[in-house]
Amino acid sequence: MNKNNIVIVDYTLGNLYSVKRAFQKVGCEPLISDKKKDILNAQRIVLPGVGAFSAGMKGLEEKDLLDSIKDFAKTGKPILGICLGMQLMMTQSEENGLHEGMNLIKGKVEKFDPPKETNSFKIPHYGWSSVSIPELDDGVTGNPWRATVLDGVAVNSFFYFVHSYYVHTDDPLNSIGVSNYGRNFFTSVLKMGNISGCQFHPELSGERGLQIITNFVSQKY
Amino acid sequence: MNNIRLIPRLDIKGPNLIKGIQFDGYRVIGTAEEFAELYYRAGADELIYQDVVASLYRRNSLIEIIERTANKIFIPLTVAGGISSIEDIRKILRAGADKVAINTAAIENPKLLSEASKMFGSQCIVSSIEAYRSNNGKYEVWVDYGRENTGVEAVEWAKKVEDLGVGEILLTSINREGMGKGYDIELTHKISSIVSIPVIACGGAGKQKDFTEVIKQGSANAVAAASVFHYYYALPKEGHTMQFKKKELRMGKNIDSGNIDFLKNGYGGQKAITVGTCSIKEVKRELTESGINTRTETFFKSNTE
Repeated sequence: MNKNNIVIVDYTLGNLYSVKRAFQKVGCEPLISDKKKDILNAQRIVLPGVGAFSAGMKGLEEKDLLDSIKDFAKTGKPILGICLGMQLMMTQSEENGLHEGMNLIKGKVEKFDPPKETNSFKIPHYGWSSVSIPELDDGVTGNPWRATVLDGVAVNSFFYFVHSYYVHTDDPLNSIGVSNYGRNFFTSVLKMGNISGCQFHPELSGERGLQIITNFVSQKY
Repeated sequence: MNNIRLIPRLDIKGPNLIKGIQFDGYRVIGTAEEFAELYYRAGADELIYQDVVASLYRRNSLIEIIERTANKIFIPLTVAGGISSIEDIRKILRAGADKVAINTAAIENPKLLSEASKMFGSQCIVSSIEAYRSNNGKYEVWVDYGRENTGVEAVEWAKKVEDLGVGEILLTSINREGMGKGYDIELTHKISSIVSIPVIACGGAGKQKDFTEVIKQGSANAVAAASVFHYYYALPKEGHTMQFKKKELRMGKNIDSGNIDFLKNGYGGQKAITVGTCSIKEVKRELTESGINTRTETFFKSNTE
Protein backbone atom coordinates (compact mmCIF):
# COMPACT_ATOMS: atom_id res chain seq x y z
CA MET A 1 0.00 0.00 0.00
CA ASN A 2 1.37 3.37 -0.95
CA LYS A 3 0.35 5.49 1.98
CA ASN A 4 1.60 8.79 0.77
CA ASN A 5 1.48 11.02 -2.23
CA ILE A 6 -2.30 11.13 -2.19
CA VAL A 7 -3.75 14.48 -3.21
CA ILE A 8 -7.21 15.71 -2.22
CA VAL A 9 -8.09 18.24 -4.89
CA ASP A 10 -9.20 21.58 -3.44
CA TYR A 11 -11.50 23.42 -5.83
CA THR A 12 -13.16 25.35 -2.97
CA LEU A 13 -16.23 23.11 -2.71
CA GLY A 14 -16.11 20.24 -0.34
CA ASN A 15 -15.59 18.93 3.13
CA LEU A 16 -11.87 18.56 2.57
CA TYR A 17 -11.05 18.14 6.23
CA SER A 18 -13.48 15.31 6.89
CA VAL A 19 -12.07 13.51 3.85
CA LYS A 20 -8.51 14.12 5.03
CA ARG A 21 -9.26 12.78 8.53
CA ALA A 22 -10.74 9.58 7.13
CA PHE A 23 -7.57 8.98 5.07
CA GLN A 24 -5.48 9.66 8.17
CA LYS A 25 -7.55 7.15 10.09
CA VAL A 26 -6.50 4.41 7.64
CA GLY A 27 -2.86 5.41 7.96
CA CYS A 28 -2.33 7.86 5.09
CA GLU A 29 -1.13 11.44 5.08
CA PRO A 30 -2.89 13.07 2.14
CA LEU A 31 -2.12 16.53 0.83
CA ILE A 32 -4.91 19.04 0.23
CA SER A 33 -3.87 20.99 -2.83
CA ASP A 34 -5.09 23.14 -5.70
CA LYS A 35 -1.79 23.03 -7.59
CA LYS A 36 -1.40 21.37 -10.99
CA LYS A 37 2.08 20.17 -10.12
CA ASP A 38 0.89 18.31 -7.03
CA ILE A 39 -1.91 16.64 -8.97
CA LEU A 40 0.35 15.47 -11.77
CA ASN A 41 2.97 14.16 -9.31
CA ALA A 42 0.45 12.34 -7.14
CA GLN A 43 0.08 8.57 -6.98
CA ARG A 44 -3.64 8.87 -6.32
CA ILE A 45 -6.08 11.74 -6.36
CA VAL A 46 -9.39 12.28 -4.63
CA LEU A 47 -12.02 14.63 -5.99
CA PRO A 48 -14.32 15.43 -3.07
CA GLY A 49 -17.17 17.86 -3.30
CA VAL A 50 -20.51 19.02 -2.09
CA GLY A 51 -22.75 21.66 -3.58
CA ALA A 52 -23.93 22.58 -7.08
CA PHE A 53 -22.57 21.03 -10.29
CA SER A 54 -22.02 24.33 -12.12
CA ALA A 55 -20.21 25.81 -9.10
CA GLY A 56 -17.97 22.73 -9.02
CA MET A 57 -17.04 23.03 -12.71
CA LYS A 58 -16.49 26.76 -12.24
CA GLY A 59 -14.18 26.07 -9.29
CA LEU A 60 -12.10 23.64 -11.37
CA GLU A 61 -11.97 26.04 -14.32
CA GLU A 62 -10.99 29.04 -12.23
CA LYS A 63 -8.16 27.09 -10.64
CA ASP A 64 -7.26 25.77 -14.09
CA LEU A 65 -7.30 22.16 -12.89
CA LEU A 66 -9.49 20.50 -15.54
CA ASP A 67 -6.64 19.51 -17.85
CA SER A 68 -4.45 18.28 -14.99
CA ILE A 69 -7.21 15.98 -13.75
CA LYS A 70 -7.91 14.69 -17.27
CA ASP A 71 -4.18 14.13 -17.83
CA PHE A 72 -3.90 12.34 -14.50
CA ALA A 73 -6.80 10.07 -15.48
CA LYS A 74 -4.90 9.00 -18.62
CA THR A 75 -1.90 7.83 -16.58
CA GLY A 76 -3.91 4.92 -15.20
CA LYS A 77 -3.30 5.94 -11.59
CA PRO A 78 -6.33 5.67 -9.28
CA ILE A 79 -8.87 8.51 -9.01
CA LEU A 80 -11.73 8.56 -6.54
CA GLY A 81 -14.62 10.97 -6.97
CA ILE A 82 -16.89 11.49 -3.98
CA CYS A 83 -20.48 12.81 -4.30
CA LEU A 84 -20.27 15.95 -6.48
CA GLY A 85 -16.68 14.95 -7.26
CA MET A 86 -18.01 11.82 -8.95
CA GLN A 87 -20.78 13.71 -10.75
CA LEU A 88 -18.25 16.17 -12.22
CA MET A 89 -16.52 13.26 -14.00
CA MET A 90 -19.64 12.57 -16.08
CA THR A 91 -20.47 13.94 -19.54
CA GLN A 92 -23.17 16.36 -18.44
CA SER A 93 -25.59 17.33 -15.67
CA GLU A 94 -29.11 18.66 -15.74
CA GLU A 95 -28.70 20.49 -12.43
CA ASN A 96 -30.12 24.01 -12.91
CA GLY A 97 -29.88 23.86 -16.70
CA LEU A 98 -27.61 21.66 -18.79
CA HIS A 99 -23.90 21.80 -17.89
CA GLU A 100 -20.91 20.05 -19.40
CA GLY A 101 -18.81 17.86 -17.11
CA MET A 102 -15.31 16.41 -17.49
CA ASN A 103 -16.56 13.52 -19.61
CA LEU A 104 -14.15 11.01 -18.09
CA ILE A 105 -17.09 8.60 -17.93
CA LYS A 106 -19.96 8.71 -20.39
CA GLY A 107 -23.26 9.42 -18.76
CA LYS A 108 -25.59 11.97 -17.27
CA VAL A 109 -26.45 13.48 -13.89
CA GLU A 110 -30.21 13.58 -13.40
CA LYS A 111 -32.58 14.94 -10.77
CA PHE A 112 -34.53 12.73 -8.38
CA ASP A 113 -38.19 12.36 -9.09
CA PRO A 114 -39.60 11.18 -5.77
CA PRO A 115 -43.25 10.28 -5.23
CA LYS A 116 -45.04 13.39 -3.97
CA GLU A 117 -47.91 11.61 -2.21
CA THR A 118 -45.99 11.13 1.01
CA ASN A 119 -43.62 13.17 3.14
CA SER A 120 -41.15 10.29 3.20
CA PHE A 121 -38.95 11.07 0.23
CA LYS A 122 -37.73 14.61 0.56
CA ILE A 123 -35.05 16.27 -1.53
CA PRO A 124 -32.13 16.40 -0.79
CA HIS A 125 -31.85 12.71 -0.02
CA TYR A 126 -30.18 12.82 3.40
CA GLY A 127 -29.22 9.66 5.20
CA TRP A 128 -28.18 6.05 5.05
CA SER A 129 -29.02 3.78 2.13
CA SER A 130 -27.81 0.34 1.23
CA VAL A 131 -25.67 -0.51 -1.77
CA SER A 132 -26.25 -3.67 -3.77
CA ILE A 133 -24.93 -5.35 -6.92
CA PRO A 134 -26.75 -4.27 -10.10
CA GLU A 135 -28.66 -6.96 -11.94
CA LEU A 136 -27.29 -7.40 -15.42
CA ASP A 137 -28.94 -9.33 -18.24
CA ASP A 138 -25.81 -10.67 -19.84
CA GLY A 139 -25.01 -13.20 -17.16
CA VAL A 140 -21.86 -11.69 -15.71
CA THR A 141 -20.55 -14.19 -13.19
CA GLY A 142 -18.13 -14.06 -10.30
CA ASN A 143 -17.80 -11.30 -7.77
CA PRO A 144 -18.17 -7.92 -9.49
CA TRP A 145 -16.77 -6.09 -6.44
CA ARG A 146 -13.44 -7.93 -6.38
CA ALA A 147 -10.49 -5.54 -6.72
CA THR A 148 -12.81 -2.51 -6.63
CA VAL A 149 -13.36 -0.01 -3.83
CA LEU A 150 -16.19 -2.30 -2.69
CA ASP A 151 -13.92 -5.31 -2.23
CA GLY A 152 -14.79 -7.14 0.99
CA VAL A 153 -17.82 -4.96 1.71
CA ALA A 154 -20.98 -6.95 2.47
CA VAL A 155 -23.77 -6.58 -0.07
CA ASN A 156 -26.49 -4.21 1.21
CA SER A 157 -24.14 -2.38 3.54
CA PHE A 158 -25.33 1.10 4.45
CA PHE A 159 -23.59 4.34 3.48
CA TYR A 160 -24.34 8.00 4.13
CA PHE A 161 -25.76 10.05 1.25
CA VAL A 162 -26.55 13.74 0.76
CA HIS A 163 -27.67 14.61 -2.76
CA SER A 164 -30.51 15.79 -4.98
CA TYR A 165 -29.08 14.47 -8.25
CA TYR A 166 -27.75 11.09 -9.26
CA VAL A 167 -25.57 9.54 -11.92
CA HIS A 168 -26.74 7.46 -14.88
CA THR A 169 -23.88 5.78 -16.77
CA ASP A 170 -24.30 5.11 -20.49
CA ASP A 171 -22.49 1.79 -20.14
CA PRO A 172 -24.26 -0.31 -17.49
CA LEU A 173 -20.98 -2.10 -16.77
CA ASN A 174 -19.58 1.14 -15.31
CA SER A 175 -22.19 0.90 -12.58
CA ILE A 176 -20.97 -1.56 -9.94
CA GLY A 177 -23.12 -0.51 -6.98
CA VAL A 178 -26.75 0.60 -6.99
CA SER A 179 -29.04 2.17 -4.41
CA ASN A 180 -32.65 3.20 -4.31
CA TYR A 181 -34.48 6.35 -3.25
CA GLY A 182 -38.19 6.71 -3.84
CA ARG A 183 -38.85 5.24 -7.25
CA ASN A 184 -35.34 5.86 -8.51
CA PHE A 185 -32.65 3.20 -8.63
CA PHE A 186 -29.34 4.88 -9.23
CA THR A 187 -25.63 4.25 -9.53
CA SER A 188 -24.09 4.73 -6.11
CA VAL A 189 -20.67 3.30 -7.02
CA LEU A 190 -19.07 3.44 -10.43
CA LYS A 191 -15.85 2.13 -11.89
CA MET A 192 -14.15 2.42 -15.22
CA GLY A 193 -10.54 1.29 -15.26
CA ASN A 194 -8.59 3.45 -12.83
CA ILE A 195 -11.57 5.74 -12.14
CA SER A 196 -13.84 5.05 -9.18
CA GLY A 197 -16.66 7.12 -7.82
CA CYS A 198 -19.16 6.93 -5.03
CA GLN A 199 -22.29 8.98 -4.59
CA PHE A 200 -22.22 8.50 -0.84
CA HIS A 201 -19.64 9.92 1.54
CA PRO A 202 -17.23 7.16 2.63
CA GLU A 203 -15.70 9.63 5.11
CA LEU A 204 -19.08 9.83 6.89
CA SER A 205 -20.11 6.20 6.57
CA GLY A 206 -18.54 4.66 9.64
CA GLU A 207 -16.36 1.55 9.46
CA ARG A 208 -17.75 0.48 6.07
CA GLY A 209 -16.80 3.85 4.65
CA LEU A 210 -13.27 3.50 5.99
CA GLN A 211 -13.12 0.11 4.24
CA ILE A 212 -13.82 1.87 0.92
CA ILE A 213 -10.96 4.28 1.56
CA THR A 214 -8.60 1.45 2.55
CA ASN A 215 -9.51 -0.33 -0.69
CA PHE A 216 -8.86 2.80 -2.72
CA VAL A 217 -5.40 3.36 -1.26
CA SER A 218 -4.55 -0.34 -1.73
CA GLN A 219 -5.59 -0.45 -5.38
CA LYS A 220 -2.78 -1.60 -7.62
CA TYR A 221 -2.09 0.01 -10.96
CA MET B 1 -40.16 4.80 3.13
CA ASN B 2 -36.83 6.52 3.37
CA ASN B 3 -34.46 5.24 6.07
CA ILE B 4 -35.10 7.26 9.21
CA ARG B 5 -32.02 8.70 10.91
CA LEU B 6 -31.58 8.33 14.65
CA ILE B 7 -29.52 11.17 16.10
CA PRO B 8 -28.28 11.46 19.70
CA ARG B 9 -28.09 15.10 20.72
CA LEU B 10 -25.33 16.06 23.12
CA ASP B 11 -25.76 19.32 25.01
CA ILE B 12 -22.34 20.49 26.11
CA LYS B 13 -21.13 22.91 28.75
CA GLY B 14 -17.37 23.18 29.08
CA PRO B 15 -16.04 19.67 28.51
CA ASN B 16 -19.16 18.06 29.89
CA LEU B 17 -22.18 16.39 28.45
CA ILE B 18 -25.10 17.84 30.39
CA LYS B 19 -28.83 17.43 30.32
CA GLY B 20 -31.66 19.51 31.65
CA ILE B 21 -35.40 19.73 31.45
CA GLN B 22 -36.93 22.37 29.19
CA PHE B 23 -33.44 23.84 28.81
CA ASP B 24 -33.04 24.26 32.55
CA GLY B 25 -31.58 22.48 35.60
CA TYR B 26 -28.54 20.93 33.95
CA ARG B 27 -26.94 17.79 35.30
CA VAL B 28 -23.49 16.67 34.32
CA ILE B 29 -23.60 13.18 32.81
CA GLY B 30 -20.05 12.63 31.61
CA THR B 31 -17.66 13.99 29.01
CA ALA B 32 -18.98 14.76 25.55
CA GLU B 33 -16.33 12.87 23.60
CA GLU B 34 -16.77 9.72 25.63
CA PHE B 35 -20.47 9.65 24.81
CA ALA B 36 -19.90 10.58 21.16
CA GLU B 37 -17.67 7.57 20.67
CA LEU B 38 -20.08 5.33 22.55
CA TYR B 39 -22.95 6.43 20.29
CA TYR B 40 -20.85 5.97 17.16
CA ARG B 41 -20.14 2.36 18.19
CA ALA B 42 -23.76 1.78 19.18
CA GLY B 43 -25.07 2.58 15.69
CA ALA B 44 -26.06 6.26 15.83
CA ASP B 45 -26.68 7.62 12.33
CA GLU B 46 -25.42 11.13 13.07
CA LEU B 47 -24.59 13.25 16.12
CA ILE B 48 -25.52 16.76 17.22
CA TYR B 49 -23.30 18.85 19.50
CA GLN B 50 -25.11 21.76 21.11
CA ASP B 51 -23.04 24.32 23.01
CA VAL B 52 -25.57 25.44 25.61
CA VAL B 53 -23.94 28.66 26.76
CA ALA B 54 -22.52 29.74 23.41
CA SER B 55 -25.38 31.81 22.13
CA LEU B 56 -25.36 33.96 25.26
CA TYR B 57 -21.71 34.88 24.71
CA ARG B 58 -22.04 34.90 20.91
CA ARG B 59 -19.31 32.36 20.44
CA ASN B 60 -19.03 28.62 20.12
CA SER B 61 -16.47 27.10 22.45
CA LEU B 62 -16.48 23.59 21.10
CA ILE B 63 -13.59 23.78 18.61
CA GLU B 64 -11.22 21.55 20.58
CA ILE B 65 -13.89 19.00 21.43
CA ILE B 66 -14.94 18.90 17.77
CA GLU B 67 -11.35 18.31 16.67
CA ARG B 68 -10.83 15.46 19.10
CA THR B 69 -14.20 13.90 18.24
CA ALA B 70 -13.71 14.13 14.48
CA ASN B 71 -10.61 11.97 14.69
CA LYS B 72 -12.60 9.17 16.26
CA ILE B 73 -16.02 9.16 14.72
CA PHE B 74 -16.85 8.87 11.03
CA ILE B 75 -20.52 9.76 10.87
CA PRO B 76 -21.96 13.24 10.26
CA LEU B 77 -21.52 15.68 13.13
CA THR B 78 -23.73 18.78 13.36
CA VAL B 79 -22.61 21.57 15.65
CA ALA B 80 -24.96 24.19 17.11
CA GLY B 81 -24.69 27.10 19.49
CA GLY B 82 -23.49 30.67 19.10
CA ILE B 83 -22.72 30.46 15.40
CA SER B 84 -23.22 33.95 14.03
CA SER B 85 -20.96 34.53 11.02
CA ILE B 86 -19.52 32.92 7.91
CA GLU B 87 -16.16 32.91 9.68
CA ASP B 88 -17.63 30.98 12.64
CA ILE B 89 -18.99 28.37 10.24
CA ARG B 90 -15.67 28.04 8.45
CA LYS B 91 -13.84 27.46 11.75
CA ILE B 92 -16.29 24.83 12.93
CA LEU B 93 -16.25 22.94 9.63
CA ARG B 94 -12.49 23.09 9.56
CA ALA B 95 -12.36 21.63 13.06
CA GLY B 96 -14.21 18.58 11.74
CA ALA B 97 -17.95 19.26 11.87
CA ASP B 98 -19.96 18.36 8.78
CA LYS B 99 -22.91 20.68 9.33
CA VAL B 100 -23.81 23.65 11.48
CA ALA B 101 -27.21 24.44 12.96
CA ILE B 102 -28.14 28.08 13.47
CA ASN B 103 -30.98 29.55 15.52
CA THR B 104 -30.39 32.86 17.34
CA ALA B 105 -28.17 34.54 14.73
CA ALA B 106 -30.56 33.58 11.93
CA ILE B 107 -33.47 35.31 13.64
CA GLU B 108 -31.35 38.43 14.04
CA ASN B 109 -29.96 38.24 10.52
CA PRO B 110 -31.84 35.85 8.18
CA LYS B 111 -29.40 36.64 5.37
CA LEU B 112 -26.78 34.61 7.23
CA LEU B 113 -28.68 31.45 6.25
CA SER B 114 -28.80 32.31 2.55
CA GLU B 115 -25.19 33.45 2.40
CA ALA B 116 -23.99 30.37 4.29
CA SER B 117 -26.05 28.01 2.12
CA LYS B 118 -24.56 29.53 -1.01
CA MET B 119 -21.03 29.47 0.31
CA PHE B 120 -20.90 26.03 1.93
CA GLY B 121 -23.83 24.32 0.18
CA SER B 122 -27.31 23.74 1.56
CA GLN B 123 -26.39 20.27 2.80
CA CYS B 124 -24.16 21.89 5.38
CA ILE B 125 -26.57 24.47 6.84
CA VAL B 126 -29.28 23.39 9.26
CA SER B 127 -31.89 25.77 10.59
CA SER B 128 -32.42 25.08 14.28
CA ILE B 129 -35.92 26.09 15.36
CA GLU B 130 -36.73 25.98 19.06
CA ALA B 131 -40.47 26.42 19.47
CA TYR B 132 -42.56 27.02 22.57
CA ARG B 133 -46.27 26.40 22.56
CA SER B 134 -47.95 29.19 24.46
CA ASN B 135 -51.31 28.87 26.21
CA ASN B 136 -53.23 30.09 23.18
CA GLY B 137 -51.84 27.15 21.18
CA LYS B 138 -49.53 29.29 19.10
CA TYR B 139 -45.96 28.09 18.47
CA GLU B 140 -43.36 30.80 18.86
CA VAL B 141 -39.63 30.73 18.15
CA TRP B 142 -37.38 31.17 21.17
CA VAL B 143 -33.68 31.99 21.01
CA ASP B 144 -30.62 31.89 23.28
CA TYR B 145 -31.25 28.26 24.25
CA GLY B 146 -34.78 28.87 25.43
CA ARG B 147 -34.13 32.14 27.23
CA GLU B 148 -35.88 34.63 24.99
CA ASN B 149 -39.15 34.71 23.06
CA THR B 150 -38.92 36.36 19.65
CA GLY B 151 -42.66 36.31 19.00
CA VAL B 152 -41.94 34.89 15.53
CA GLU B 153 -44.50 32.27 14.48
CA ALA B 154 -42.68 28.92 14.09
CA VAL B 155 -44.47 27.55 11.02
CA GLU B 156 -44.00 30.80 9.08
CA TRP B 157 -40.34 30.88 10.07
CA ALA B 158 -39.88 27.28 8.88
CA LYS B 159 -41.23 28.22 5.46
CA LYS B 160 -38.93 31.20 5.37
CA VAL B 161 -35.74 29.27 6.24
CA GLU B 162 -36.53 26.82 3.46
CA ASP B 163 -36.73 29.74 1.02
CA LEU B 164 -33.42 31.03 2.38
CA GLY B 165 -31.83 27.79 1.18
CA VAL B 166 -31.05 25.67 4.24
CA GLY B 167 -30.82 21.91 3.74
CA GLU B 168 -32.84 20.73 6.73
CA ILE B 169 -34.61 21.83 9.90
CA LEU B 170 -33.79 20.72 13.43
CA LEU B 171 -37.10 21.27 15.21
CA THR B 172 -37.08 21.27 19.01
CA SER B 173 -40.16 21.53 21.19
CA ILE B 174 -39.13 23.42 24.32
CA ASN B 175 -42.27 22.29 26.16
CA ARG B 176 -41.41 18.64 25.59
CA GLU B 177 -37.64 18.91 25.95
CA GLY B 178 -36.26 16.63 28.69
CA MET B 179 -39.76 15.56 29.80
CA GLY B 180 -39.80 12.09 28.28
CA LYS B 181 -43.51 12.32 27.51
CA GLY B 182 -43.26 12.07 23.76
CA TYR B 183 -42.52 14.44 20.88
CA ASP B 184 -44.81 17.31 19.94
CA ILE B 185 -46.60 15.54 17.09
CA GLU B 186 -48.72 18.53 16.12
CA LEU B 187 -45.76 20.90 15.81
CA THR B 188 -43.69 18.38 13.87
CA HIS B 189 -46.49 17.54 11.46
CA LYS B 190 -47.37 21.19 10.86
CA ILE B 191 -43.83 22.00 9.84
CA SER B 192 -42.84 18.79 8.08
CA SER B 193 -45.91 18.90 5.85
CA ILE B 194 -45.37 22.51 4.83
CA VAL B 195 -41.67 22.34 3.89
CA SER B 196 -40.08 20.09 1.29
CA ILE B 197 -36.76 19.74 3.13
CA PRO B 198 -36.15 17.11 5.83
CA VAL B 199 -37.29 17.83 9.38
CA ILE B 200 -35.47 16.37 12.40
CA ALA B 201 -37.84 16.12 15.36
CA CYS B 202 -36.31 16.82 18.75
CA GLY B 203 -37.52 17.03 22.34
CA GLY B 204 -39.59 14.61 24.37
CA ALA B 205 -38.48 11.05 23.62
CA GLY B 206 -38.95 8.85 26.69
CA LYS B 207 -39.67 5.41 25.27
CA GLN B 208 -39.43 3.44 22.02
CA LYS B 209 -43.03 4.14 20.96
CA ASP B 210 -42.43 7.90 21.00
CA PHE B 211 -40.08 7.56 18.04
CA THR B 212 -42.59 5.57 16.00
CA GLU B 213 -45.31 8.09 16.75
CA VAL B 214 -43.45 11.19 15.64
CA ILE B 215 -42.38 9.47 12.41
CA LYS B 216 -45.78 8.03 11.52
CA GLN B 217 -48.08 10.78 12.79
CA GLY B 218 -45.69 13.72 12.88
CA SER B 219 -44.06 12.97 9.49
CA ALA B 220 -40.58 13.46 10.94
CA ASN B 221 -37.77 12.57 8.52
CA ALA B 222 -35.23 12.05 11.29
CA VAL B 223 -35.37 11.94 15.08
CA ALA B 224 -33.03 13.40 17.65
CA ALA B 225 -33.04 12.43 21.31
CA ALA B 226 -30.94 13.08 24.39
CA SER B 227 -32.04 11.94 27.88
CA VAL B 228 -33.53 8.68 26.68
CA PHE B 229 -30.12 7.60 25.38
CA HIS B 230 -27.84 9.42 27.84
CA TYR B 231 -29.40 7.82 30.89
CA TYR B 232 -29.40 4.40 29.25
CA TYR B 233 -25.74 4.48 28.36
CA ALA B 234 -24.72 6.17 31.63
CA LEU B 235 -26.51 3.61 33.77
CA PRO B 236 -24.08 0.67 33.91
CA LYS B 237 -21.31 2.72 35.47
CA GLU B 238 -20.34 2.21 39.05
CA GLY B 239 -19.44 5.01 41.39
CA HIS B 240 -18.06 8.25 40.07
CA THR B 241 -17.82 8.41 36.32
CA MET B 242 -15.68 11.51 36.38
CA GLN B 243 -12.68 12.54 38.41
CA PHE B 244 -12.77 16.24 39.00
CA LYS B 245 -9.17 16.29 40.09
CA LYS B 246 -8.23 15.81 36.47
CA LYS B 247 -7.23 19.10 34.93
CA GLU B 248 -8.86 18.53 31.57
CA LEU B 249 -12.26 18.20 33.16
CA ARG B 250 -12.17 21.67 34.61
CA MET B 251 -13.61 24.70 32.94
CA GLY B 252 -11.07 27.47 33.04
CA LYS B 253 -9.24 28.21 36.24
CA ASN B 254 -12.05 27.59 38.65
CA ILE B 255 -13.55 24.21 38.87
CA ASP B 256 -17.07 24.73 37.65
CA SER B 257 -18.59 21.48 36.72
CA GLY B 258 -22.20 22.24 37.46
CA ASN B 259 -24.61 19.89 39.12
CA ILE B 260 -22.76 16.63 39.62
CA ASP B 261 -25.36 14.92 41.82
CA PHE B 262 -26.16 12.54 39.04
CA LEU B 263 -22.57 11.40 38.85
CA LYS B 264 -22.32 11.05 42.60
CA ASN B 265 -25.59 9.32 43.26
CA GLY B 266 -26.34 7.62 39.99
CA TYR B 267 -29.68 7.18 38.41
CA GLY B 268 -31.57 6.37 41.60
CA GLY B 269 -30.48 9.63 43.11
CA GLN B 270 -32.42 11.62 40.58
CA LYS B 271 -36.07 11.15 41.37
CA ALA B 272 -37.05 14.04 39.15
CA ILE B 273 -36.02 12.25 35.98
CA THR B 274 -39.21 11.15 34.29
CA VAL B 275 -37.57 9.91 31.14
CA GLY B 276 -37.49 6.21 30.40
CA THR B 277 -34.33 4.84 28.83
CA CYS B 278 -33.54 2.69 25.83
CA SER B 279 -30.62 1.83 23.61
CA ILE B 280 -30.23 2.87 19.99
CA LYS B 281 -30.56 -0.78 19.01
CA GLU B 282 -33.86 -1.15 20.89
CA VAL B 283 -35.29 1.92 19.18
CA LYS B 284 -34.23 0.65 15.78
CA ARG B 285 -35.79 -2.72 16.48
CA GLU B 286 -39.04 -1.05 17.51
CA LEU B 287 -39.04 1.08 14.34
CA THR B 288 -38.39 -1.95 12.15
CA GLU B 289 -41.27 -3.83 13.77
CA SER B 290 -43.51 -0.83 13.08
CA GLY B 291 -42.61 -0.93 9.39
CA ILE B 292 -40.19 2.01 9.52
CA ASN B 293 -36.85 1.56 7.76
CA THR B 294 -33.57 2.44 9.44
CA ARG B 295 -29.93 1.66 8.94
CA THR B 296 -29.44 -1.73 10.52
CA GLU B 297 -26.41 -3.93 10.42
CA THR B 298 -26.75 -6.31 7.53
CA PHE B 299 -26.45 -10.04 7.83
CA PHE B 300 -26.99 -10.83 4.19
CA LYS B 301 -24.54 -12.98 2.29
CA SER B 302 -21.11 -11.49 2.42
CA ASN B 303 -19.50 -10.34 -0.76
CA THR B 304 -16.17 -11.77 0.27
CA GLU B 305 -15.60 -15.18 -1.15
